[in-house]
Amino acid sequence: MELDQNQAAPASMQVSDESVIKITDMNKWYGQFHVLKEINLNVNRGERIVICGPSGSGKSTLIRCINRLEEHQQGSINVDGIELNNDLKNIDAIRREVGMVFQHFNLFPHLTVLENCTLAPIWVKKMPKKEAEEVAMKYLERVRIPEQALKFPGQLSGGQQQRVAIARSLCMNPKIMLFDEPTSALDPEMIKEVLDVMIELAHEGMTMICVTHEMGFAKTVANRVIFMDGGQIIEENEPNEFFNNPQSERTQLFLSQILAH
Amino acid sequence: MAMDNSTGYSGVVNSGDLPDKPAPIKTDGVGPWIRDNLFNGAFNSILTISSLLLVLYTLPSALNWLIFNAVWTGGSDACRANPDGACWTFVTSRWEQFLYGFYEKSERWRIDILLVILAVGIAWLAWERTPGKKLMAFFMLVIYPIFAFFMMYGNEAMGLPIVETPQWGGFTLTLVIALSGIVASLPIGIVLALGRRSEMRIISLLCTIFIEFWRGIPLVAVLFMATIMFPLFLPAGVTFDQLLRAVIGVALFASAYMAEVVRGGLQAIPKGQYEGAMALGLPFWKMMRLIILPQALKIVIPGIVNTFIGLFKDTTLVLIIALFDLLGIVQASIADPNWSIKSVPYTGYAFVAIVFWICCYSMALYSRYIEDKLHTGHKR
Repeated sequence: MELDQNQAAPASMQVSDESVIKITDMNKWYGQFHVLKEINLNVNRGERIVICGPSGSGKSTLIRCINRLEEHQQGSINVDGIELNNDLKNIDAIRREVGMVFQHFNLFPHLTVLENCTLAPIWVKKMPKKEAEEVAMKYLERVRIPEQALKFPGQLSGGQQQRVAIARSLCMNPKIMLFDEPTSALDPEMIKEVLDVMIELAHEGMTMICVTHEMGFAKTVANRVIFMDGGQIIEENEPNEFFNNPQSERTQLFLSQILAH
Repeated sequence: MAMDNSTGYSGVVNSGDLPDKPAPIKTDGVGPWIRDNLFNGAFNSILTISSLLLVLYTLPSALNWLIFNAVWTGGSDACRANPDGACWTFVTSRWEQFLYGFYEKSERWRIDILLVILAVGIAWLAWERTPGKKLMAFFMLVIYPIFAFFMMYGNEAMGLPIVETPQWGGFTLTLVIALSGIVASLPIGIVLALGRRSEMRIISLLCTIFIEFWRGIPLVAVLFMATIMFPLFLPAGVTFDQLLRAVIGVALFASAYMAEVVRGGLQAIPKGQYEGAMALGLPFWKMMRLIILPQALKIVIPGIVNTFIGLFKDTTLVLIIALFDLLGIVQASIADPNWSIKSVPYTGYAFVAIVFWICCYSMALYSRYIEDKLHTGHKR
């Protein structure tokens, strides 16, 4: 993947020392199966974190806990000062702050691209329709598909759909973006257009947590890479150290497998 | 990766675009179409010929009876003179009764007004280019039923004499029962379907019991229970209109079926749609109303219309509790000694069949149109 790796990080990419996500001693089980074990993770505003690991290691489950698509059973998750518990008000408040992009886009096929983008601002934020449409067009332009606004998702390519999904999340003006394998379902020639949008987002200072196998992306934009296996965080480091000098054996094995070809 | 090229294969390079060619047309003209579709192989040829013979054998006599040999004018004497054709004068001389039942003759204009509004309302909602659909839908679904009740039943204060429900009948009664059932069963069915899938066990259990109860008993039993048993449960002196009881019975019966149809649609919606909606912060009911139900209901339009059509035809069963719907009133008219002619019962039943077929087929056609209209690009 040819990404602009040499480009100097703009000033907006500076990480502040204000914590926005704080996960403490978090555990999760599916029935008797212990999927997430003693997770501790602190994310500062403006950080770009890439989570990688073999399939079934719990990395998707971890980020899905952050906006309560999955429920954790032990420990605490605090997002931007809001404690994630069974209080529906807190859950709604966190979901308004946290945008999410999925592997399979999850666009609403019965609505046009524009309607997909205006739906949440209108119904959740009570934004007037006209204003919501202006906001939506602004973000559709940013992901470079304003001309598709009146089409239905089913008429777009995978890469275009994923860019719409990103725009749809941005329309809610989130403070944090979660990416759950955003390029895994895409054809190779469409991966770049999605990654480019994500890189721009990083350059603008968005706090991002990405589950991805795109190691080029990790090297370019991440300021921290987290390796998970068997439901726990095995290793956590800044990208250069992580890729060139992995400490744990499991990380070395994983990296040797994915970087082999 | 290094490849061994020792086979001497030199590769292929295609330079330049190939020109677009028109698609081959297989069924060009009548001759090839007949050959390809009706006579491709011995078995199909035999089927084609025997079907053709069957049609040739039955169609002319059917058309003769229905149209060419039928009695179109005159009175019962004309029918008595011609026993080998349909007696349409039986229908034309009694059409008022078939339409209005025993409704007070001087008050029938009230039904006329309601029917006209109904026709305009349905056309308004069904036709694509009419404005103000939301307002019209609100009017037809909320205001019209109330208005229709007062018009049909009457209200002394409004200067409309009361017409008791036992006098209601004919096609009007069919419409009253069928439309009440249709309008009530869809929302009740949706609520039941959502309830059955609810994570709250008690709600899910109650909905399941409700659905399985109504699905498990025959409609005839429901109607008998509504007529005979239900009054036993009421305190003495309290009466409950017989027609209303029947309407409620039919509506709840249809709701149970509708619930299962809608549940099928809900199950077809991928989990990602719920997650996409939740991640955007949509609360449960908004997610259901804006994202899940529009898609689920679209998928099950054929099933919904199927239930509507079934309900429409099932209204004829009310004749066993002495309500005279279209079929009931035609059957009662057949017993009239003035019309005890061999061809009259056949004509009466054929007339009922034709009316029902037109209504049901219209619903089927409209559902197909809606399906086409709601189709948005490629399915995922």
